[in-house]
Amino acid sequence: MSSLLFPSSETDGPRFQHPDVTGRFGPYGGMFVPETLVTPLLDLEKAYREVREDPAFQDELALLLKEYAGRPTELYFAERLTKQLGGAKVYFKREDLLHTGAHKINNALGQALLAKRMGKKRIIAETGAGQHGIATASVCAKLGLECVIYMGAEDMRRQSLNVYRMRLCGAEVKGVESGQKTLKEAINEAMRDWVTNVRSTHYILGSALGSHPYPMIVRDFHRVIGRETRAQILEKEGRLPDELVACVGGGSNAIGFFFAFLDDPQVRLTGVEAGGRGIEKGEHAARFEGGKLGILQGCKTYILQNEEGQIDLTHSVSAGLDYAAVGPEHAFYRDQNRIHFASASDEKALHAFRECARVEGIIPALESSHGFAYAIERAKELSSDKILIVNMSGRGDKDVQEAARVMGEL
Amino acid sequence: MTQRIQDTFTHSRTTGEPCFIAYLCAGDPDFDTSLELCRILVEEGVGLLELGIPFSDPLADGLTNQLAAQRALANGMTADRSFQLVREIRKFAPDLPIIFYTYYNLVFARGEKEYVRLAAEAGLDGLLTLDLPPEEADSLVAACQEQDLANVFIVAPTTPPERYALIGKKASGFIYYVSREGVTGERKDLPTNIAESVQNIRQAIDLPVAVGFGISTRPQFEQVGQVADGVVVGSALVNCIARNEGQPEKMKEALRAKARELLGK
Repeated sequence: MSSLLFPSSETDGPRFQHPDVTGRFGPYGGMFVPETLVTPLLDLEKAYREVREDPAFQDELALLLKEYAGRPTELYFAERLTKQLGGAKVYFKREDLLHTGAHKINNALGQALLAKRMGKKRIIAETGAGQHGIATASVCAKLGLECVIYMGAEDMRRQSLNVYRMRLCGAEVKGVESGQKTLKEAINEAMRDWVTNVRSTHYILGSALGSHPYPMIVRDFHRVIGRETRAQILEKEGRLPDELVACVGGGSNAIGFFFAFLDDPQVRLTGVEAGGRGIEKGEHAARFEGGKLGILQGCKTYILQNEEGQIDLTHSVSAGLDYAAVGPEHAFYRDQNRIHFASASDEKALHAFRECARVEGIIPALESSHGFAYAIERAKELSSDKILIVNMSGRGDKDVQEAARVMGEL
Repeated sequence: MTQRIQDTFTHSRTTGEPCFIAYLCAGDPDFDTSLELCRILVEEGVGLLELGIPFSDPLADGLTNQLAAQRALANGMTADRSFQLVREIRKFAPDLPIIFYTYYNLVFARGEKEYVRLAAEAGLDGLLTLDLPPEEADSLVAACQEQDLANVFIVAPTTPPERYALIGKKASGFIYYVSREGVTGERKDLPTNIAESVQNIRQAIDLPVAVGFGISTRPQFEQVGQVADGVVVGSALVNCIARNEGQPEKMKEALRAKARELLGK
């Protein structure tokens, strides 16, 4: 195939100095894990750096991304919405059109191929909304790998359709009953499995967080989103956009989307966190608004926690954003004022969810609806010669039942 | 004080008996009962007390210790109360080495220097920070050295011998060899290669080696004690609390009986 995912010239740029050799993005990131996992993580980093430069691996992945996942995804001009808002031109990057319904498959394919290279036959993963779980389960089915998915019991209730899809694909879905029974507990449980079965098992972490080298690996496998977007907007508009918007839970879709634009200062990059029911403790997942520096699940970053260092409860209507820590690379670029952050409440996200369906006939995931909620307001502020692109990171089929339930209550 | 840790291992080498390292979660099920349970362990001759500091997200712990942390947190355990617990234990056990088994965020949230200062003031002897490998530990090790607190590091079965030197450079007090991949918890059988692993660690690192993870019976204790300087028992003791929830007297009885069984009394 002609185009490598990571042409070697591209991995030499200044943006690739992060993470550094200690796994740091400035003060963030690192490898805060029990000793049992240190060497497996270093082995993973080594294996990953090898495949990053290996054309055969990159060709195999590129082919799977095209024929199995459905890349490239369209950059879609939301004409009717643009007219209605009366401001900036709004485009959607259609990651929701990918196989299994979200961007998550980019990373699941990449890591599963990497696991095969490393001779690991068993895959584990955590999932919040279920999108990473279904992506991993599907890829494991295709590649003939054993697959176990950890999922909080509350998320299994919220996303029961995805649970069934994972099981259909042959994965074992293990419910996690501890704590608040959402994404954070699922990661704890996946790490407990990994620490126990590390010799036979690869852990496909699904977001740009956790210990080094995961934030780097996950980012790299999603960089294709931004690279495509850049080429597509140049082709359609002959210029770069004025602003990119993406929701941020751990931050995988956002960093993959933003990365190709980091060196274009005229492009504003905005991540949108989950504002939940309000800024009170335990009612949201806006780490940059209520969090402080700490260490959780392998990584130093902004975390919602109390003064003792105990991790706070979080809330979001979207399971995929309902998490107490943010990916370290986001914290790093926020400090540099390169990525800006906003938050959208449950209510605004649900409103955006409905608007997108009503005006464009596209039902976004509740996660993506947070980015979309910000974009609706932002587009109105901008003049009609501006261009705004929202990453439609996933589709909302999985959310229809839960949205109906919640909106009935509102 | 690192001296108290050295003394206990010197003592066990002299007597030929391995050091009995007992783990309990600080404040489990509540502060007062926890203190009483520690007193029983001291009366039964524990060699070193390892207090788990309860954390909301104990990702290296099995269910037994997760539930213990939940009980302690639900009953109001905090960093300050864990220091207070050490102060109270010191009143009846001036020579007992006591270390905290903790997750790094709890130390980081208070500030490393401040946490270590408060811990040393309370009479603590060392820290085992579970999710802080030696690569990340420079500033904490420096803070601990200033206050004469030991930094106990883990060696795992997945640790290649090339890492022993790095770990040895940062570690003080003793080395905690985790006898298997996995989380804390009782196990029926022990891995077979413990003796060899302990031997390899001793050759590379000039510190006593304690072995833990999964040891719960007298035969296991004896078997590990033959090759290691210390034997850590955790979940088997914590289960004495879990199995007698709401009945502190029964907890104490069960804990005393378990300690005696392990020591072959």
